[in-house]
Amino acid sequence: MSNSLSKLEKRTAYTLVLPAVLLVFAIVLFPIFANVWISFKDIELKDIRIPEPRAKKIVKSISENQSELKIIYKLRNSSLIQDIRNVQFQDKFPKDISPINLDPRCNFQSKKVMCNFGNWQAKYRENFEIVVKNNNGEIIDKKIIKSQKPILTGKSDNPLLTTNFTLENFKKVFYENNFVELLLTTFYFTFFGTVGAIIFGILAAQLVNQNIQGRTYMRGILLFPYVGPVVALAYTWTLLLDPNSGTLNALLVNFNIIEQPINLLGQKYITMSILGFEFKLRLALTTVIFFEIWRYFPLAFLFILARLQAIPQSLYEAAEVDGASPIQKFIHITLPQITAIISILFMIRFIWNFNKFEDIFLLTGGASGTRTLPINVYQQGFAISDIGMGSAVSIVIVMLLLSFMVIYFRLIGKRANEV
Amino acid sequence: MKFKPLAIFLIISSFFLTCILSIWKIMSTLQGLNFTSLNITAVFLIGLLLSLAFVLIGNKINHLIKIFLLSFIFSILYFNLNETSPHWYIFGVFLLTLFYTNKLKKYSMQSLKEDFISEKIIFDFITLFGIVFFAFVILFPFYIMLVTSFKTQIALLVNPLDFSLDFTKSLTELFKSYFVIFETYNFGRYILISAAVSIGTVIVTLLFAIPAAYAVARLNFFGKNFLSTSILIIYMFPAIVLVIPLYTLFSQLGLRNSIFGLLIVYTATTLPVAIYMLQGYFKSIPKEIEDAGIIDGQNWFGIILKIIIPLSLPAIASVALYVFMIAWNEFLFSLMFLDSPKSFTLSRAIQYLSGDAETPRQYLMAGSVIVTVPVLLIFIYFEKYLVSGLTAGSVKE
Repeated sequence: MSNSLSKLEKRTAYTLVLPAVLLVFAIVLFPIFANVWISFKDIELKDIRIPEPRAKKIVKSISENQSELKIIYKLRNSSLIQDIRNVQFQDKFPKDISPINLDPRCNFQSKKVMCNFGNWQAKYRENFEIVVKNNNGEIIDKKIIKSQKPILTGKSDNPLLTTNFTLENFKKVFYENNFVELLLTTFYFTFFGTVGAIIFGILAAQLVNQNIQGRTYMRGILLFPYVGPVVALAYTWTLLLDPNSGTLNALLVNFNIIEQPINLLGQKYITMSILGFEFKLRLALTTVIFFEIWRYFPLAFLFILARLQAIPQSLYEAAEVDGASPIQKFIHITLPQITAIISILFMIRFIWNFNKFEDIFLLTGGASGTRTLPINVYQQGFAISDIGMGSAVSIVIVMLLLSFMVIYFRLIGKRANEV
Repeated sequence: MKFKPLAIFLIISSFFLTCILSIWKIMSTLQGLNFTSLNITAVFLIGLLLSLAFVLIGNKINHLIKIFLLSFIFSILYFNLNETSPHWYIFGVFLLTLFYTNKLKKYSMQSLKEDFISEKIIFDFITLFGIVFFAFVILFPFYIMLVTSFKTQIALLVNPLDFSLDFTKSLTELFKSYFVIFETYNFGRYILISAAVSIGTVIVTLLFAIPAAYAVARLNFFGKNFLSTSILIIYMFPAIVLVIPLYTLFSQLGLRNSIFGLLIVYTATTLPVAIYMLQGYFKSIPKEIEDAGIIDGQNWFGIILKIIIPLSLPAIASVALYVFMIAWNEFLFSLMFLDSPKSFTLSRAIQYLSGDAETPRQYLMAGSVIVTVPVLLIFIYFEKYLVSGLTAGSVKE
């Protein structure tokens, strides 16, 4: 009895879970494996369409004789690079209508014209004609003829499924593509974006956690950058920072803080001198990092605030009695309580910043030294149309990500479970 | 009499005053006032005098009278120091000073003698400063977005600092950008598409996620633990590595440029978070309630429909809002999959608009306002639900 019940339970569970699992598998897991396959192939954007035989049907009347019609099929191979083998053609006609002088490649059987066109090369085109007549001698309705669509089939190779593999893509990724700089840029962006977001998150949480008026409003406002659509926010910032008539530069020039407008998003380096030391700052990258911090500190804020609100007030009261200063309270009570959540946040934000695409793409498009790995996937795959290369870069990303995760679960995984 | 706390108090408080007055000045400059200097030193110095006077007077006169008097004197000094400015500007200075002196209420020569007072002063003012700073930094871009949409390209090129709205113009003139993007750029259609995709994603995600989350939360089956860990790992995986295979797959299946294709991808990418959030909530529902349902002869469908769903409406609402927000804001997949203006979502349409360098910026900003306003309204209205959704679904964007 209990055995059959557990069987029933299992069967129910699988019915409930399976649709979701299959969908996620098809759209999320399958592509990750497909990337491996594509990354070993020499394949470009234009190769991915499977070639199809196509026909456009045009019906023309033959002068005087209305019981006869000429039908022209504009045949073509949709692909410019690939052949189609064994093209078969089929079109159906109403009763009493039959073709005259049919092409030798075709035959007419039970109201159907069937043709075997053999192999079509890439770019193949042909105007194929059939003349039909009505056996009753009546007028043929053009619309009926026109409404019947011909069926074409043919065999062609799907370039994605062939078994020619190459290591070329990975070679190009590592040797030809300034890989070290790409990696460094990605790490700068990821690391400083993450750390900045967490620092501002702590500051904001500390603020809102105090007894101030309107703190619920403040919490809402602080989350605006995180919930707003990235497209709108990125373009607003681009306008704000624009060197020609952007508000920020105009304000700074107006108040004589700078002499010349600075192209914050379009200039790779800026030379700064501090205490006599000159050094070059990656300007556009820094600006993009600030945008990143602006957009994602709210998340850190939300988490740290939730943690802060869970700290028992009695701890602070006891410290007060002991005569602790505000700084001592922060260092000895608050900080230890939030280290666990900070380490989790660091990892999550690190992984997500590492994969950030939209923000950089919309702000700079990857120009001026802001090209990170995800941007490179897009540039290789779609700007240069080299799908294989794009996939190879994706694989590099996945490998790095997996190693981060392993490190994360080794180092902080145990601690995370205690939270 | 301790000198150090007094000095710290004077410097920090007048620094804070200088900050808020500078922000006021910047905001006024953006209304077309012709200021060319922030006058930081002068403002700081009279701020010092103000704070000093405040603590020296102490409780000798009524607080309200004191702050009115001091703010009034301060405003007159400020007015004489500064370039010519209209009355509304000075009135703003007066109100801000009033607000500021009111914040100083707890400070007097007496209170400056308490323990740790220096640190307390620093903490208090950092808090005040922080609130002003964060509010300004966050709201300023949104403000610029909104006001730019009401200006014209030419007006902004002539004076990029004048965002004042000309209310003498007719409403159609003022809202011209909005009319243009609806009439010329077809934004009405894009709003419908975005709404359809987002609402569709919410519905389909819930249809898939509720049963799956129920099974994970309640039933025993082989592979359950594996499933719940892989949920966590899967949603760490980023969209950018899915893009190329999905693009090729969708091209071959003819799913590109289709709203259906977008809907499938959105559903699949939000499902793990949705399941994760829902199963957490389902576990908190007492099992006895379901047992009653089983005794009544309900099958799993009945139990989910009649017991689980009604009991977990708040959680379902927060998942729904969260998924809606992700789908509405999503950009990467809509960039990759949609090339025909017939099937653009709002985000993609705005990006397409920006691709043409000739597009005047006020159209771009009007589009941005249109895509932002619904999300912010939903967020403000349902903040409670969304915040719990964000906290639970944190791991995903």
